[in-house]
Amino acid sequence: MSSSLSSAEPRGSRPKRFLSPASIMIYSALLVAAIYYLIPLYVMIMTSLKGMPEIRLGNIFSPPVEVTFQPWATAWNSACTGLYCEGIKVGFFNSMKILVPSVILSIIIASVNGYALSNWRFKGSELFFTALIFGAFIPYQVMLYPLVIITRQLGIFGTLTGVVVIHTIFGMPILTLLFRNYFVSLPPELFKAARVDGAGFWRIFLQIMLPMSLPIFVVAVILQVTGIWNDFLFGVIFAGTKNFPMTVQLNNIVNSTQGVKEYNVNMAATILTGAVPLLVYFFSGKYFVRGIAAGAVKG
Amino acid sequence: MTKLHSVSIKDLSLNFGSISVLKNLNIEVADGEFLVLLGPSGCGKSTLLNCIAGLLDISDGQIFIKGKNVTWEEPKDRGIGMVFQSYALYPQMTVEKNLSFGLRVAGLPAAEIQNRIAHAAEILQIGPLLQRKPAELSGGQRQRVAIGRALVRDVDVFLFDEPLSNLDAKLRSELRVEIKRLHHKLANTMIYVTHDQIEALTLADRIAVMKGGLIQQLDDPLTIYNKPRNLFVASFIGSPAMNFLKGEIAGTNGSRVFRVADLDISLAGYEAQQPLASGHTVIFGFRPEHIAISDQPGPAGRSCEAVVDLDEPMGADSLVWLKVAGKAISVRVDSGRRYQPGEKVFLTFNPAVASLFDAVTENRL
Repeated sequence: MSSSLSSAEPRGSRPKRFLSPASIMIYSALLVAAIYYLIPLYVMIMTSLKGMPEIRLGNIFSPPVEVTFQPWATAWNSACTGLYCEGIKVGFFNSMKILVPSVILSIIIASVNGYALSNWRFKGSELFFTALIFGAFIPYQVMLYPLVIITRQLGIFGTLTGVVVIHTIFGMPILTLLFRNYFVSLPPELFKAARVDGAGFWRIFLQIMLPMSLPIFVVAVILQVTGIWNDFLFGVIFAGTKNFPMTVQLNNIVNSTQGVKEYNVNMAATILTGAVPLLVYFFSGKYFVRGIAAGAVKG
Repeated sequence: MTKLHSVSIKDLSLNFGSISVLKNLNIEVADGEFLVLLGPSGCGKSTLLNCIAGLLDISDGQIFIKGKNVTWEEPKDRGIGMVFQSYALYPQMTVEKNLSFGLRVAGLPAAEIQNRIAHAAEILQIGPLLQRKPAELSGGQRQRVAIGRALVRDVDVFLFDEPLSNLDAKLRSELRVEIKRLHHKLANTMIYVTHDQIEALTLADRIAVMKGGLIQQLDDPLTIYNKPRNLFVASFIGSPAMNFLKGEIAGTNGSRVFRVADLDISLAGYEAQQPLASGHTVIFGFRPEHIAISDQPGPAGRSCEAVVDLDEPMGADSLVWLKVAGKAISVRVDSGRRYQPGEKVFLTFNPAVASLFDAVTENRL
């Protein structure tokens, strides 16, 4: 009865070490990167919770001795953005008014575009697609002045409609690419089967393709929401002073030259402005990564 | 009286840009016939099926279904139902909704739709599956639903695009039998694309062997198997594959022989389609089962000695590899007796069931 189960003989599943040198390296690198990116956010939150006297002491890393939410209230309700002192809430609602129709409109048009370009190839459809994608590589600055003239001629310059149209147009290349690549990846037999069953362009799109494309719609919504919310350029040019989005209002608060700089209000306003994309990233991380991967050109 | 043709294809050509995919095809499919389009991948068989279905626009020619010119018709107006390799079931719909989709599009009354679904479900035995989604079905069940979707359309012509290729071997042979049974029951015209010769040989009334956008031979399965029209058909059909020896015609009129190296094989009994000229370079083809193996020399002029190279037991029979005139050939024998490498045996050829091909044109002589 010798104990033949000697520990030197390898047998069964291979033992796993809890922390190998390689994983220690990876985790420490990740930790450093995480701290590096979190420190500014930490400083902002701490500063926004302090009163001005405490800020003047200069200890930006120290937590507030006396926590106050007054700067947040000021930023939201009564901070001065240029001539008006109604806080950044005006910008928030303006941004919402720009965001919602732009996202819906651009996604509806781009999904139909992508569907047509992948399943209903017409003569010159590849050329059309190439031209559309090429549009994504032209710097915005080149197109700004012509677009100003065009929107002025159409009578929508400096209006909500104007900025929505501009966002819809500039969302087209990347969204169409996104949807086309997704629809190309669906089995072509489904489309053929639906045609044999007698379904037409819209019926195939609405009843066969749409129910299968929820993931790509989520990705498109994330891309558009973050992109349009963060936009500054189009908002400041095309929206008109009444409709300045939140980013523009934030700039006006932070860069106002009169009086003392209220750092705590500025920090609160900045966090409020960044909250929407931040929350979107937070709750949709998986889809967002998939969206970036899906944006890669294939097929 | 001419027989009514269910599908007829006249001078059909298809070009993608400068690439010619289908070249001037002419096929007449009789009413109730089971036609199999067989060929290696890229031969244009699926493309041809898509043209018949109306899913691809053709470059030239005409397509008639039930005597009606459907060349410019939409797929739904052609009276066809189609079954795809990947099943192509609508994933978000239940089996019942999948079956009824086309009927609902066509605006049929609900009672009629119910009747047709019940009928199809009974024939295909998918009644208990009607409320399930395709993801909850096995491969065989999915393909049955896909056939059902063609069935409820109550069409004249069924088109199958490699319907069994995604299934495992056992299921494939089961469903193959079911499709054949279905054809007997419905007596519809069926056009069936496959690259699997067993499917083709077992199912077809006629097989069209295709290569490079051309039909190489259109005949019943036995003719295709026994009298292949050219070297391609001969080598494509049959598993294990036909053996080929390259040599020349020799001997005098009336007693022609096939000569390779120092071996003469009498061609007495071979039905040549044209007179065989002495000195003509030819390829002599014979199937592994058309050759007899024995320990004794066979009849003179048709027999030769050979050395066993390898023995491959395959269950019911074995494949014995031997060297003849420096070339490896295979012979199918009963698996009762094992052959050892290096063993000396005698082979007897049967020219009546052999094939002769011109070495240059590769056509049957």
